[in-house]
Amino acid sequence: MKAIVSVIGKDRTGIIAKVTTKLYELDCNVEDISQTVMHGSYFTMIMLVTLAEGLSVNKVNEALHSVGEELGVEICVRHEDVFNSMHRI
Amino acid sequence: MLNQHEIIQTISMIKDQHLDIRTVTMHLSLFDCISENGKRTAENVRRKLLSRAGRLKEVVEELQSKYGIPIVNKRLSVSPVSLIGAASGGYREIALAMDEAAKEVGVDFIGGYTALVQKAMTREEEDFIRTIPEVLAATDRVCASVNVGSTRAGINMDAVRLMGEIVKKTAKLTADRDGIGCAKLVIFANAVEDNPFMAGSFNGVSEGDCVVNVGISGPGVVKAALESIRGESCDVLSETIKNTSFKITRMGELVGREAAKALGASFGIVDLSLAPTPIRNDSVGEVLEEMGLSSVGAHGTTACLAMLNDAVKKGGTMASSHVGGLSGAFIPVSEDIGMIEAVKRGALSLDKLEAMTSVCSVGLDMIALPGSTSASTVSAIIADEAAIGVINNKTTAVRVIPVPDKEEGEVEFGGLLGRAPIMPVGKENADAFIARGGRIPAPIHSFKN
Repeated sequence: MKAIVSVIGKDRTGIIAKVTTKLYELDCNVEDISQTVMHGSYFTMIMLVTLAEGLSVNKVNEALHSVGEELGVEICVRHEDVFNSMHRI
Repeated sequence: MLNQHEIIQTISMIKDQHLDIRTVTMHLSLFDCISENGKRTAENVRRKLLSRAGRLKEVVEELQSKYGIPIVNKRLSVSPVSLIGAASGGYREIALAMDEAAKEVGVDFIGGYTALVQKAMTREEEDFIRTIPEVLAATDRVCASVNVGSTRAGINMDAVRLMGEIVKKTAKLTADRDGIGCAKLVIFANAVEDNPFMAGSFNGVSEGDCVVNVGISGPGVVKAALESIRGESCDVLSETIKNTSFKITRMGELVGREAAKALGASFGIVDLSLAPTPIRNDSVGEVLEEMGLSSVGAHGTTACLAMLNDAVKKGGTMASSHVGGLSGAFIPVSEDIGMIEAVKRGALSLDKLEAMTSVCSVGLDMIALPGSTSASTVSAIIADEAAIGVINNKTTAVRVIPVPDKEEGEVEFGGLLGRAPIMPVGKENADAFIARGGRIPAPIHSFKN
């Protein structure tokens, strides 16, 4: 199952490192990653991730929630289908 | 591969513009619950609801976390109870069983305490309708609806007269809560059989045994899209609404299909209604103002609403294989901050709302009236709305609350039902017209002038 991980918040060091470390611990494979810093400090990172067999979106969401709190950013994981349904026919 | 812009657009629709799935409604047929004994029928109803809807809450919550999109309400809707209880009686027991089951499975409303009397009322149906005030006062989650007219049958004016009295009595029996019982009672013309929105939802007699219908929302998303095209022509306006509505509906379709699969039900329809809530940036009134009105209620409102409603339908129809329900833009006064403020400014009157209902779904919705409004005036309001629906071949409805012992000011209904300023009604009356009863014949379908 593929999911989109979005990380939005104020830029600081270590965001990618901490998020990808947690994903590694969950045995999730990052397939694509893009990152921008808008208006100088507003950090947006989007990752396409393949979840480990049997792992639910909810579990990844819970695991990343504490990382988000620690970093002061908002992390959200959503099943890829929600984006595909809206933007692809 | 999705691009970053598309992903951010979806996230900001959900996060900042209040895009949500307004309701996942499970529609159940109760025809297999009919028995010769009222108590037994009620027990059959309770058992069926618990067995089929037991997992509804759990499934919906799983989908919510999987897709990261809020699903605001989980609801149940059943076959018209006037038919289910016709052989056995015991309508009240059936309603209580519905209320208990709704609480047990964790849904906030259950619709289907319904009678379809557009042409005539049987004795049983009249008995049933007379139980509505007491049932709405005695239950918390049961919603009632009565269809009093259709384009094929005309308008049953005996039922219209009766419903004026029923609305007044419902208000009286829930006077301690500002007549809130009336917020759970809708009087329709051309009622649809697959509407997932409350309070007018029921499972039509031609529907399947267990069907999932989904209602989507998103006035905030439409408003945000329109903010980026200020000053552009109506062509651009309509195209932008269509595009936005397409995207919203695709999401509804995804959730509906997944929910139906997980619940072992068939997927029915997506109802792509712009349904407001009483918070800012989630209002149909604000969308209309963004289109270029200084206030909803200004001259030009009907034209804007007509275009909005039509563009929403066009975009949505392309996005889903089955669009149904009431689809369009809702204008419930108490549930829409733009409408509430327009009424308080004196910019939006009952007369203008009536005109607006001729081009949008659904009707005079969630409007608080002075407590002194007579039953025959309520009936006359119902008759006017039914006439608009029957002649124009569209669904119309009336959900008004004559607030007991209050003539002006504002009443708070709480939650999604919001708060409503009491709107004045006309000073003249239609008493002699309503007293006539009988039936207004079905309209002719040619010579459309």
